[in-house]
Amino acid sequence: MENSPNTYTWMKTYQTYHSVYDPCPPLGTRYYSTPPNLYLGFQPPNLEQFQPNKALKKGTLWPILYDYYENPYEKKRR
Amino acid sequence: MWKYEKKLQYPVKVSTCNPTLAKYLIEQYGGADGELAAALRYLNQRYTIPDKVVGLLTDIGTEEFAHLEMIATMIYKLTKDATPEQLKEAGIDAHYVNHDKALFYHNAAGAPFTATYIQAKGDPIADLYEDIAAEEKARATYQWIIDLSDDPDLNDSLRFLREREVVHSQRFREAVEILKEERDRKKIF
Ligand SMILES: [Fe+2]
Repeated sequence: MENSPNTYTWMKTYQTYHSVYDPCPPLGTRYYSTPPNLYLGFQPPNLEQFQPNKALKKGTLWPILYDYYENPYEKKRR
Repeated sequence: MWKYEKKLQYPVKVSTCNPTLAKYLIEQYGGADGELAAALRYLNQRYTIPDKVVGLLTDIGTEEFAHLEMIATMIYKLTKDATPEQLKEAGIDAHYVNHDKALFYHNAAGAPFTATYIQAKGDPIADLYEDIAAEEKARATYQWIIDLSDDPDLNDSLRFLREREVVHSQRFREAVEILKEERDRKKIF
């Protein structure tokens, strides 16, 4: 997901091997979350903050830790 | 000691009559990586962790009970008006036979909550790593439930809970950094 204020992405992909003998059609790309907490290290002081009323909705005060999750398979199907 | 605020940490709204979602949500109620397990794990570990991070475990452990309350509200709202027939269709007929509409601490497969879900090793690093893993597992569970749910209002609350797991994991990682710090040695750069 490209909602990162830095250079990391919060969703990664991989492919699974699909044999001609596998009965189901391949699901294709698989996804997994790599949220911002994996990269931040010890949070530095004085980072940008959300407005308090926004922070209460988003679940964090810190844009750098915010990761909106969407079903990646759903997105693909549309 | 605790003070109780008679409101949810985040509003819970359910917009579709879909008791099947309750079947999934019960995983976060009484499952291995659920909110009850999280609250009990952290609040119990507090006593034997270095002073510097006791407050963090108290804060997060307390918040997990607020999450438990949100999950309970979701499950209640999804099931309270369902007929036995609808519960049967949703696959929670076995629950109904045993508990009627009462909530119970078990996972999505009906296995009752057990203390073996949680650990307290007494080793601060081992315990904090368990906590980090628990947060990532809870985050993943919320993702899988969001993937299965097409209720936009419910997903809104679930996204809030997932984000809190991200923040909790971050804080536990920082706690490890605090305990790793070589404060007795002079740093030379
Ligand atoms: Fe948590």
